[in-house]
Amino acid sequence: MNTNSPEAAGPTHKTVEAGITLLIALFGVVVIIGSLKAGINWGAEGPRAGFFPFYVGLFIVVSSAINLRDVLRGENDGLFAEWGQLRQVMSVVIPTTIYVGAIPFTGLYVASMIFIGWFMRWLGKYNWLTVTAVAIGMPVVTYFIFERWFLVPLPKGPLEEWLGL
Amino acid sequence: MEELVNLFHGFAVALQPFNIMVMLVGIVLGVVIGVLPGLGGANGVAILLPLTFSMPPTSAIIMLSCIYWGALFGGAITSILFNIPGEPWSVATTFDGYPMAQQGKAGEALTAAFTSSFVGALFAVIMITLVAPLVANFALQFGPAEKFAVYFLAFCSFVGLSKEPPFKTIAAMMMGFALAAVGLDSITGQLRLTFGFTELLNGFDFLIAVIGLFGIGEILLTMEEGLNFRGGNAKINLRVVLQTWKTLPTYWMTSLRSCVIGCWMGITPAGATPASFMSYGITKRVAKNGHNFGNGEIEGVIAPETAAHAAGTAALLPMLSLGVPGSPTAAVLLGGLLIWGLQPGPMLFVEQKEFVWGLIASMYLGNLVGLVVVLTCVPIFAAILRVPFSIIAPLILVLCAIGAYSVHSSTFDVMLMLIFGVLGYLLKKCNYPLAPLVLAIVLGDKAEEAFRQSLLGSQGSLGVFFSNGLVSTIMVFGLIALFWSAVQQGYTRLRAAVA
Amino acid sequence: MTRSVLLVALASVSALCASGVAASATWEPLRPVEFIVPAGTGGGADQMARTIQGIITKHNLMKQPMVVINKSGGAGGEGFIDVKSSSGNPHKIIITLSNLFTTPLATGIPFSWKDLTPVAMLALDEFVLWVNADKPYNTVKDYVDVVKKSPAGTIKMGGTGSKQEDQIITVAVEKATGTKFTYIPYKGGGEVAVQLVGNHIDSSVNNPIEAVAQWRGGKLRPLCVFDGKPMAYDEPVADGKAWKDIPSCKSQGLDMEYLMLRGIFMSPKATKEQVDYYIDLFKKVRETSEWRDFMKSGAFNTTFMTGADYAKWVEVEEKRHQVLMKEAGFLNTGN
Repeated sequence: MNTNSPEAAGPTHKTVEAGITLLIALFGVVVIIGSLKAGINWGAEGPRAGFFPFYVGLFIVVSSAINLRDVLRGENDGLFAEWGQLRQVMSVVIPTTIYVGAIPFTGLYVASMIFIGWFMRWLGKYNWLTVTAVAIGMPVVTYFIFERWFLVPLPKGPLEEWLGL
Repeated sequence: MEELVNLFHGFAVALQPFNIMVMLVGIVLGVVIGVLPGLGGANGVAILLPLTFSMPPTSAIIMLSCIYWGALFGGAITSILFNIPGEPWSVATTFDGYPMAQQGKAGEALTAAFTSSFVGALFAVIMITLVAPLVANFALQFGPAEKFAVYFLAFCSFVGLSKEPPFKTIAAMMMGFALAAVGLDSITGQLRLTFGFTELLNGFDFLIAVIGLFGIGEILLTMEEGLNFRGGNAKINLRVVLQTWKTLPTYWMTSLRSCVIGCWMGITPAGATPASFMSYGITKRVAKNGHNFGNGEIEGVIAPETAAHAAGTAALLPMLSLGVPGSPTAAVLLGGLLIWGLQPGPMLFVEQKEFVWGLIASMYLGNLVGLVVVLTCVPIFAAILRVPFSIIAPLILVLCAIGAYSVHSSTFDVMLMLIFGVLGYLLKKCNYPLAPLVLAIVLGDKAEEAFRQSLLGSQGSLGVFFSNGLVSTIMVFGLIALFWSAVQQGYTRLRAAVA
Repeated sequence: MTRSVLLVALASVSALCASGVAASATWEPLRPVEFIVPAGTGGGADQMARTIQGIITKHNLMKQPMVVINKSGGAGGEGFIDVKSSSGNPHKIIITLSNLFTTPLATGIPFSWKDLTPVAMLALDEFVLWVNADKPYNTVKDYVDVVKKSPAGTIKMGGTGSKQEDQIITVAVEKATGTKFTYIPYKGGGEVAVQLVGNHIDSSVNNPIEAVAQWRGGKLRPLCVFDGKPMAYDEPVADGKAWKDIPSCKSQGLDMEYLMLRGIFMSPKATKEQVDYYIDLFKKVRETSEWRDFMKSGAFNTTFMTGADYAKWVEVEEKRHQVLMKEAGFLNTGN
């Protein structure tokens, strides 16, 4: 974790944090809009549905404004992370996104097999035997524990349909 | 005296060979349920409930309550090893449990967690045995105003603790409140903040947020630092259990305080989650090493675990004697009682002596059996950390996806979990505290509901929160906790002035 | 030519019908059946679903397992939407309560019972007006007199959920007696009963099963049942009184009848064979002694209906809810 080493390159902490703060403020605005729709006044029997969320949203916006000021004034010129580190993070985020996006179509089991296999082979550089054993073993064990033992149905795709599971 | 006779009778029931077997099966199933994220105690008990219909009711309740104990024990395992709490009340355990595991002290953390759980449960069962009727009536005192006061106290004892900048803490907590508000407003029966998306009807479930923020976020942080899971050098033999045990008696005060908090929360019934947060918060304030909480203090594991387990156990008392479940799991057990033809309520203790005392006896035995089972497994659990990251990480990610899916059987939730994961990574890097956010998601809507129910009853008058001795006392405690640092300063100044 | 074609067509249609009838007994679930509960764990619908699941498992009434899944979000809207969107999947059934009508009306969630395939009505749940046993009211009249005398809104009625059955009944009681309650919504029926015992509210309209324990414990007192006639169960429950001894509200001058549906629907576009399979299954469930015990413990009205009768009943009931909720001002006004 030597984010401050001079020769490394990457996005600065300031930029990223300012971005996050703005994102949070935006979330606050959305909450305020939603609350206005639900009614924010104090009815005959106490507050209405949007009363609390409205002030919560307001608090978010106000505290984000203060946080943004602090960020911009702050002395933290360090890096948020090096590009190499971010690449590492993205190498998990992107495949996981694909994995999660694929579940509704391929079912959980097939997607998990490919995902585990990819992860172990690509990042772990294990030999194919180990990769195959874990990638197929884990979903199969999951199938028995969840579907057979605890009767919790997990998302299934065409393969399971075809196998009649 | 009569209670003790009944209890011995109960032990005779619980010690029948069939019931002992049922107990063991229940504990093991429970631990499995507790370890798998998404399969909580309530789910597990609900799923297995129909399987127990062919058993005699006493054996059935022993099995189901043992699943419950097992799940309570098991919830701590993933919290400590992977920073993934499987149940709301294990969230506070991650604060110090996970740092301990990273420092190679997974064995110590697990031992402390399991032992404290046992101590908490034991304390609660003794209380149930001795003062059941008295305590049950205490629960009747709690209307909406008193409940709100309890939630207020839970929040107050927790805020103001974090080292992060105050406005970041506020922003994080308010985000939690906002997320908790999404969905149906239970007081007006109106939808809010859903913007017409049917996926949002349910609001944001705590578990999905936590799996994402804590679990996935942690994996991303680990990726950034290179492919190493810290803590691989954990001791993996049983000696660590004995060594940890030697140090535990020093924390007797923390244990006792947590037991009392837990029992109180379990009976009221606010439940195990506020109990664990409150206990962690208060201990952090009063403990000698409080300033170091969050960096792997063993007391930070003892406090929430003791309170959570005491509350979880004590929650069964209002369920049996009043028919009000103190926790979601108790709600399912309650359904079970009805299905077996047992009517929980004031008459249960009179009409179904064998059942009630058999159950109470099984609480003693079940927890003891549970403790032995999980402690012998400590080395195995600790050894999981030695599995290389590139094998364990995809498996954890898949388990997280399964967990997020099984909460509401919705693939939308799995995507939400991933978004929360990335958010967790970014927020943590930007020094936003995640604990207040999670606390607000867990308790936010409950607190709001109690607040508005109180105002309905009082026709809009805020005086209801100071309308009787009980509610005023709790509110005052809450205010003291909120302004604790100011109070402390004033006290020091006063002492200086006097001296 | 055309004539013969027509004949052939007719013949094949009737052959199809015949084969359909013959096949009616042969359709069976090929995969585990998901039993959706549009309410939380531990509530009345959940208990019934899990009892059914237990009975089916214990007596081996179905070859495939039955899985109970709670989808309680948005006052049950989540569960209804889920079944609605599972068109043509015969392995999904749902148990309904009054939120079948109230949820779409009160929240505007795009859903109607017509989106689903009706299977069978299993039972009807009764509602009883309860007060704390320490209070001096012994009859509906005593209570109504007190409510009338108190300033408007100071008498608190507790119930489950907002703009749902309990509040509808409360509004109807207000109308019938010319009084005004403050209605306080809670999450579950058991909680309401305990709040009544603790005197945090003044009365409730709990289902029998939710409050029977407190009645037996001498903490609560039933005043009347919101049904046309007293309940059928004459076994003594508490201090020598049986469910049958509770008078109907109508006979006490409180003209309101309300029964809650406990029925089964399945996903849209189900075939007749599939519906018949489930009807047959639930007929078998109803014959077990466990089911009878369950009905007795909750003092359920055991009316059973299928097919057109059932659909008709639901339709009438939906209209009635529309009227009741409109009068009470509970209809969704688009936020």
